[in-house]
Amino acid sequence: MSTEQTVIGKSVEGRFGPYGGRYVPETLVYPHEELAAAYEKARNDAAFQHEFDQLLRDYAGRPTRLYFARRLTEKLGGARVYLKREDLLHTGAHKINNCLGQILLAKRLGKKRIIAETGAGQHGVATATVAALFGFECVVYMGAEDVERQSLNVARMRLLGAEVCSVSGGTRTLKDAINEAMRDWVTNCADTYYLLGSVLGAHPYPTMVRDFHACIGREARRQFMEAENGGLPLALFACVGGGSNAIGLFHEFLNDKEVALIGAEAGGRGTGLGEHAARFRGGSQGVLQGTFSYILQDEHGQICPTHSVSAGLDYPSIGPEHAFLHDLGRAEYVAVSDQEALEACQLLARTEGIISALESSHAVAEACRRVPGMPRDRAVIVNLSGRGDKDMGILQRELQL
Amino acid sequence: MSSVSGTSSKSSGVERLGAIFRSCREAKRCALIPFITAGDPSLEASLRIAQALEKAGADILELGIPFSDPVADGPVIQRASERALRQGVSLPDVLRLATEIRKTTRLGIVLFGYYNPILRYGLEKFAHDAAEAGADGVLVTDLIPEEAGEYRNVLRGAGLATVFLAAPTSPDVRLKAIAESSSGFIYTVSRTGVTGSRERVPVGARELVGRVRQFTKLPIALGFGISNAAHVNEVAEFADGAVVGTALVNAIDQAAREGEDSAVRAAGEFVAALRAEE
Ligand SMILES: Cc1ncc(COP(=O)(O)O)c(C=O)c1O
Repeated sequence: MSTEQTVIGKSVEGRFGPYGGRYVPETLVYPHEELAAAYEKARNDAAFQHEFDQLLRDYAGRPTRLYFARRLTEKLGGARVYLKREDLLHTGAHKINNCLGQILLAKRLGKKRIIAETGAGQHGVATATVAALFGFECVVYMGAEDVERQSLNVARMRLLGAEVCSVSGGTRTLKDAINEAMRDWVTNCADTYYLLGSVLGAHPYPTMVRDFHACIGREARRQFMEAENGGLPLALFACVGGGSNAIGLFHEFLNDKEVALIGAEAGGRGTGLGEHAARFRGGSQGVLQGTFSYILQDEHGQICPTHSVSAGLDYPSIGPEHAFLHDLGRAEYVAVSDQEALEACQLLARTEGIISALESSHAVAEACRRVPGMPRDRAVIVNLSGRGDKDMGILQRELQL
Repeated sequence: MSSVSGTSSKSSGVERLGAIFRSCREAKRCALIPFITAGDPSLEASLRIAQALEKAGADILELGIPFSDPVADGPVIQRASERALRQGVSLPDVLRLATEIRKTTRLGIVLFGYYNPILRYGLEKFAHDAAEAGADGVLVTDLIPEEAGEYRNVLRGAGLATVFLAAPTSPDVRLKAIAESSSGFIYTVSRTGVTGSRERVPVGARELVGRVRQFTKLPIALGFGISNAAHVNEVAEFADGAVVGTALVNAIDQAAREGEDSAVRAAGEFVAALRAEE
């Protein structure tokens, strides 16, 4: 299927099949065009790539390890499980990859001020970190509910010199933080760079953020082939909030049709609207915050509240490239409940001595469900997008620690 | 007031808006275009407010369709949207309200909102029902000409004006595309930012309207931050219409605390005062 090979992962003017595009107020079109042009130039510029690669290596700590989880594998009794250790990066999650790429663009564009949204706080911390590293003023918008449940990350951002703005409008989570960041950007676009934290928003963000995370899959594919005598994994597992860690891992494998791509969405505490953030289970096509994708909405097109134990997956829309991969059947998306994620977090801690972020624990849970049914002579990769330090308050409460 | 609109019900929204701007031009004044959020404080009150606005001298009504995620709006209109949504106001309700306003006033009616509720309703059905309700045009804040190919065809097919925004950040090539995509009028945003009141009309607004004029013969309305008679008078020097949103929505909200009659009265008085110093 040559058309699929050429179409998948190649956005034409920011479209992934019918998804993506640019749905923003007119004032924000020029800033998006300016950014798209700067990114286009940078991606073909060896000096930019060199600087980016050097930061990923020396500052963030890439390449991250592909670790064979022996005790977890024994416990599950099926295919061998490898963990891609994004949790070992500086600041504790994959988010730093994208932040380093974008801060270099902000510098090239001559902007003075960085704004960002954050859910779990990991993107906010990564943004505050690169802003400090490059000497930018930094403002991070965060839903009031997330400020409470990820308070450790709020303190980290403040320590790094960022101003954290608590957003009390709407559902008080990630979606509302993005709204507020967009309002800031529409007001201050002349000197402000919007450092968006996932493969969301209007073109060029979904493409650009994916490219900045594609190192995850490039490394993992090479590392896996080295470890497994040139073979390929049976499946990849990643959690999907906006979808940046998942697409970062999947992208390099898109044309390896025998590799199953499995995304874990937040199944929350039930199947009713408002109880989860599983866009492919309860959602339908629509436009939210700049992009055409699958969204959780009511019959009149109002966006629905969502729920997840993990703030980073608690969002009613999903990156447009995932919507396309879903419709093509190239990737499969499943809902993992709060309870399953908490159990998987505990299992991984006790078998491997690794405390994963609650977001990443959704991917671990889905792997645990499937791996026992997969042949022992094959192997899978689970993307450990982040570590669980930030979630200790929730884990303490939920697991009575 | 039960007099039916002077223009025949068959005339398209584009024509009606054209006629309104022409008569304003002949009277040597700029069109007064108040914005209200449909259903704030209630759908019944919105109808009475619309009628009061007409009596007070409004020419065109921008009727806001409430949306859960109004990224282009400041706090005042965000809260109005939330109040309307809490009462369950949806797009079908707004269309029913537009029908009642059309039956009882001669105001031009422009529906003003975000794309998702319209997409969800269905473009074809929306265009048909909006035209049937008597709306004259539609402005979708988060829809730009590049993404609006089908939308434009469908709305124009139904006789509705497609109003697009022009912004201070829009380069000339974009202003040209915006002009070519628009019908009825062009809505020029006075400054970068979300909706909200300001002390004065931004200095760049006059120049921006001038830039837009290079590319169109359509009337040009200016909005964002216009909140008193002095502003309206200033805008009248260089634009064909003045949109007053946040300041009016705020006046309605303050008065609504004393009941709906008070909100209706306050809305009328506020808009009458905008005309007063002319
Ligand atoms: C550790 C971790 N994983 C995953 C996510 C979800 O984002 P994405 O789907 O873009 O990878 C977050 C977001 O905050 C996160 O902190």
